[in-house]
Formats: sequence, structure tokens, C-alpha cells
Amino acid sequence: MTHTSSSRQSVAARAGLAVGTSGSGADVRSDAGTAARALVAYLVIGTLFGILFTKAEVISWFRIQEMFRFQSFHMYGIIGSAVVVAATSVWLIKRFGVRTISGEPIVIPPKVLGRGTRYWVGGTIFGLGWALTGACPGPLFALIGAGHGVVVVVLASAVAGTWLYGYLRPRLPH
Amino acid sequence: MIELLSRPWPWYVAGPLIGLVVPALLLLGNKQFGISANLRHACAIVAPGRVAFFRYDWRRVGGWNLAFIVGVLLGGFIAGQWLASDAPISISDATRTDLSALGIRDFSGLVPNELFNWNSLLTLRGLVMLVGGGFLVGFGTAYAGGCTSGHAISGLADLQLPSLIAVVGFFAGGLITTWLILPVLL
Repeated sequence: MTHTSSSRQSVAARAGLAVGTSGSGADVRSDAGTAARALVAYLVIGTLFGILFTKAEVISWFRIQEMFRFQSFHMYGIIGSAVVVAATSVWLIKRFGVRTISGEPIVIPPKVLGRGTRYWVGGTIFGLGWALTGACPGPLFALIGAGHGVVVVVLASAVAGTWLYGYLRPRLPH
Repeated sequence: MIELLSRPWPWYVAGPLIGLVVPALLLLGNKQFGISANLRHACAIVAPGRVAFFRYDWRRVGGWNLAFIVGVLLGGFIAGQWLASDAPISISDATRTDLSALGIRDFSGLVPNELFNWNSLLTLRGLVMLVGGGFLVGFGTAYAGGCTSGHAISGLADLQLPSLIAVVGFFAGGLITTWLILPVLL
């Protein structure tokens, strides 16, 4: 049932796109306006998220140490309650076939397990770095914003690490 | 109000709000919460070279996520500028004792200021922690296909086995660094 409605939806989306691209200048401008408004929405959610990260001290090297030393519930409480709230939301979205605000069906593509090598090897490598820097990728950005300028170097190094992965990707086991 | 917001936020306020980012992004435009994807987008923008992994339309795929992390940076700025608390970090006494024993002296900020400064880059310790650590974060998240947001929050919330394996890896790596590497390094 969802299948039929989703294919109908994508036909409508294609039709809409065709009108948008072949239409008048006003249509094109309004499309650009919609895209810009959407970007602002993501920017706002990101901003709230950055404030949250900073004030809950998730970006703190000390808090990450506390977590890996099992000396406080703080980080476990944050990650645990975030997962519970997110899982409940995802379940409700699936259960009631909730759509996006523009009416598209919500789809969450499953991650491919394969042999699973990439997950435990990559995960462990990230974990080694996480406890060194005290920051996963999100906090790196919040730390820079909060005035820890030297974290720009950490971020640049992380981009370099990602680049090396991309370069070696064909030769790595996944 | 500002007084209240300036105190460190407890886990039971912050955690559920972080969890709500997942449905917010899905409802807004079918987007998967995952921050490390931006490191890949950065490569695609700056130096895609001939690497297939970086040759895609980053504006279309990652534009929204780049706007999101610009927001995260802005959020860090707002919190640091107007909502900062003067109190030293309220970590547990046990952690403070352990880290003091490893030689950390400055507990006044969110991060140990003696490690997170430009001069620290001139020391082996600082170089390993900041440059080496950053490199492992970038390589590892790209290899694993996600970080704490993509796997530990979005992935676990959707009950995906690969994400669980990745999260076990995150912790294994973190424990190795904390218990085996930091005592030698610090």
C-alpha cells in the first residue's frame, strides 16, 4: 500500500520538477526561495544542536574521559536518552506512515552489513581518536565556535584522514 | 532565564532534545542525522582528485548537512559567548583525581587548556593528541560510515546491526586510548 502511494508521489515529484525547470523565471525563483528557506531551517536546527552540545558539555574532553573511565552517568544518560527518544520517534514515523512536511514518504535506507569488517575496524579506529581529541565530528565544530581555535587543526586533520580513507577505499576490506 | 540556561544542562534535558534531531531532520526533508558525512563533503569540495569516493554532487547531496554544521559552529559560539558559566567543569572527583595523576592541572574550561592551545602543537604530546587524534577520527568515521550521530544515535534508533557493531568498536577504541595510550602519552 505504501509502495503504490510512494510511486505515485515520485511521479508527482518528477512532474513538479519538470514544471519548475521549464517554467517561467518566477517559478525558478520560487524554487530557489524554497531551497534557501530549507537551508535556513537546517541551519537553525544545527544552531540549537550546537548550543545543546556545548551546554550539556558533550564537547568537553573531560566529559569524554569521565565516560571512558565509567566515573559518571552523564554521557551515558545523554546518549541513552537520545537513542530512546530517537527510536520511539522512528517507530512512530514508521507505524503511522508519517510523511515529510512536503508530503514525501519517509524512508530510512538500511546500512549494508556485508562482512561487517568496516564497522568494527573503522569504529575502533574512530574510538582511538575520539578518546585522544575528546571530540567526535559534531563537537569539533562546536568547539571551534566556542572559541577553541586550535581545534581547526584537529578538524583539518580529520578531513585529511577522511581523504586518505577515500583514496585507500578500493584496497581496504569492508 | 539566562542565569538558568548558563548552568550546565543536565543529561535528562540534553539527551532527549538531541534525540529529537533525528525525527526533525526526517520530517523536514527525509535527511539522515550524521555529522561525519560533512568531512567527506569537505574532501569533495576541496580536493576530490581522481578519488571516486569524492566525485559526486556535494551541493545536492550535502548542502543541507553543511548548513547544519555551520549552525553547530554558530551554536558553539552563542553558548560560549552568552551562555557560558564561570564555574569550573563539574566532572566527578574520581576523574579529576585520575587526570591529575596523569599530569592535567587546568580544570577551568571545557577542555584542558594546557593541551588545546597552539603551542601544544609544538610538543609530541600535543601533536599526537590533536593532529593524530583528528586523523584517526576522520579515517575511522569514513571507514565505519558514520560517527556517534550516524551510528550511535540514528543507527541504533533504527535498530540497525551494523551500527551496533560500530558502536562497540567506538568504545573498544576509546577504552584502549584511555587506559593504555593516555597513561604513556600524558
